[in-house]
Amino acid sequence: MSSLHRLIAAAAMCLPLGVATAAEPPKYGLGTTPTAAQIAGWDIAVRPDGQGLPDGHGSVKDGDELFANNCAACHGTFGEGAGRYPRLAGEGKLTGDRPEQTVQTYWPFATTLFDYINRAMPFPSPHVLPPEQVYAITAYVLNFNGLVDDNFVADRNTLPMVKMPNRDGFIWTDPRPDTHDTACMTNCRAPADVKVAQTAEGKNLTPRTTGPLDTALPQ
Amino acid sequence: MLRAGLGAGAAAFAVAASGRARADDASPPADPDWSQSLGPGVGDRVYGHPSHFEADAIRRTVPWLTASPESSISFTPLQYQQGIITPSGLFFERYHAGRPTVDPAQHRLMIHGMVDRPLLFTMDDIKRFPSESRIHFIECPANGGMEWRAPQLNSLQFTHGMISCAEWTGVKLSTLLQEAGIKPTAKWVLAEGADGAHMARSLPLEKCLDDVLVVYGQNGEALRPEQGYPLRLVVPGWQGNVNIKWVRRLQLGDAPWFTREETSKYTELMKDGKARGFTWPIYAKSVITFPCPEMPVKGPGMYEIRGLAWSGLGKIKQVDVSLDGGVNWVRARLQGPVLPKALTKFTLEWRWDGRPALLQSRAMDETGFVQPTISELRAVRGSNGVYNNNSIQTWQVKPDGSVFNVQLA
Ligand code: HEC
Repeated sequence: MSSLHRLIAAAAMCLPLGVATAAEPPKYGLGTTPTAAQIAGWDIAVRPDGQGLPDGHGSVKDGDELFANNCAACHGTFGEGAGRYPRLAGEGKLTGDRPEQTVQTYWPFATTLFDYINRAMPFPSPHVLPPEQVYAITAYVLNFNGLVDDNFVADRNTLPMVKMPNRDGFIWTDPRPDTHDTACMTNCRAPADVKVAQTAEGKNLTPRTTGPLDTALPQ
Repeated sequence: MLRAGLGAGAAAFAVAASGRARADDASPPADPDWSQSLGPGVGDRVYGHPSHFEADAIRRTVPWLTASPESSISFTPLQYQQGIITPSGLFFERYHAGRPTVDPAQHRLMIHGMVDRPLLFTMDDIKRFPSESRIHFIECPANGGMEWRAPQLNSLQFTHGMISCAEWTGVKLSTLLQEAGIKPTAKWVLAEGADGAHMARSLPLEKCLDDVLVVYGQNGEALRPEQGYPLRLVVPGWQGNVNIKWVRRLQLGDAPWFTREETSKYTELMKDGKARGFTWPIYAKSVITFPCPEMPVKGPGMYEIRGLAWSGLGKIKQVDVSLDGGVNWVRARLQGPVLPKALTKFTLEWRWDGRPALLQSRAMDETGFVQPTISELRAVRGSNGVYNNNSIQTWQVKPDGSVFNVQLA
């Protein structure tokens, strides 16, 4: 396509959208225009306001069986986790020495759950479940976390409405630098205060760093 | 032909003879086997690899760290790194759904959303745009994440090896975005990979127009599959996870998407239970790479302390080294090139008297930011944050020369 044709094609595409500002013409004229179907096939990202959620719906009831068949082997029947695979449920605290960061306690948006299950799960064969099933499984995961009731049906309208407990638990602007920026050069602390408080020596957690790759777990 | 035949015979003899070799057989005045024979000819290795004597310099893993190797991490052996460039075969790996095999002939990059014209590029298209090569580090923000509460791993490779540095070649993301035409309402870009994780991160448009590259070259050759072959983002100075590998889609929008990797993960839980999100830049950090637990000192005498420093905010301005656990500091020598958002090498001559020492390095970048101690970080953030541990590392040198990972009171 000549760049002139491309320009006309691009202008024609803009017309139905009623764009008032004159778009800059492309400088290099490389690439092609993806079809609506091509865009739709890859455009899977979902936002908290629901933008990107597909047609369809799924219930907690349907999700129960789908989760058992597709997810429970790694995440446990009620999201309690199996082996070292992540737990999806848990109502502990976010403070203290062992904080519990789960869908219930930590995740700020229910839409992210749909987005992630759809794009990345089930782990061995991601992005194979149809939207109805992803909706149903999402509903079920929210349900065993006590976030929606048994009659909940997930769809593009209901998911953005689910109030997640930690919705306001995040600071989205970086507060750093949050330390002192002191570059003292001499007598910066009393030599007597300099003591080894803790050491990795003898902990037996470090894999071998010579010889072939060490795949052994610590005793 | 005759000469080639003789050569092969001589090489075979040399191999047989070396079977009886002792360690000092090659020292003067002897002339060793390899000096009296022919080695393999050109074409013996059509793609070269390191000497087999360097077999310890490999990426290593911590098996107990993750549930499965397909969503896991391997660590660069920084104890062997010479200079600022990480060899492509030793660049640390981080996958969320294993390493996909992507056919470059079929790979596409799609740009859509708040643009004047959505575009679909082949690899050939992308390589026709003006190209740019730059040296940048990439660090996983979980580097050192096991060390928040206490030193765990007695190893430089495992405490600091989630960082590597390469020369990257590609096209500026701004060039591609301008080709598509950015709508005035666009503020964010979602970048998404073609791997099974469909790894997706929201990036502010401002950063995308500043210095982000869409990369197909690494250290003079095509990207390695481990690093996103055939196409990845390099987001200079920002946490590794946003440097989307196998990148196939860029969507422009007016708000972030809050994907799982920017909510459930890659957010930092503070001691009050609140969490920080979108903490993208890597703040200044440094570590002594010799001596270290893997590379102890061998008796008193002269050594060169060596290390690496880096900052995601710009250039390293200064590195100080302490031999006494932070009481007194000496300015280290920076070895050029000193590049923004790249590893920078530092050195300091050191006469070890055989007494216990507590070695530390402290980086300062061109913004004036100074690398903090772990106690300082813990006082502000607690120890549940996992990410962005850029604290000063302490190596304890014992009288026998052995080196341990410690934290000071
Ligand atoms: C073979 C094991 C396996 C199966 C089956 C599986 N998952 Fe996962 N899941 C994982 C692993 C491993 C991770 C962590 C991946 C990572 O962090 O990159 C994970 C992560 C998750 C997370 C994110 C947890 C968090 O706190 O961030 C959710 C939600 C999830 N899986 C849901 C599901 C659902 C729903 C299914 C079924 C459709 C499923 N998984 C099937 C292994 C599995």
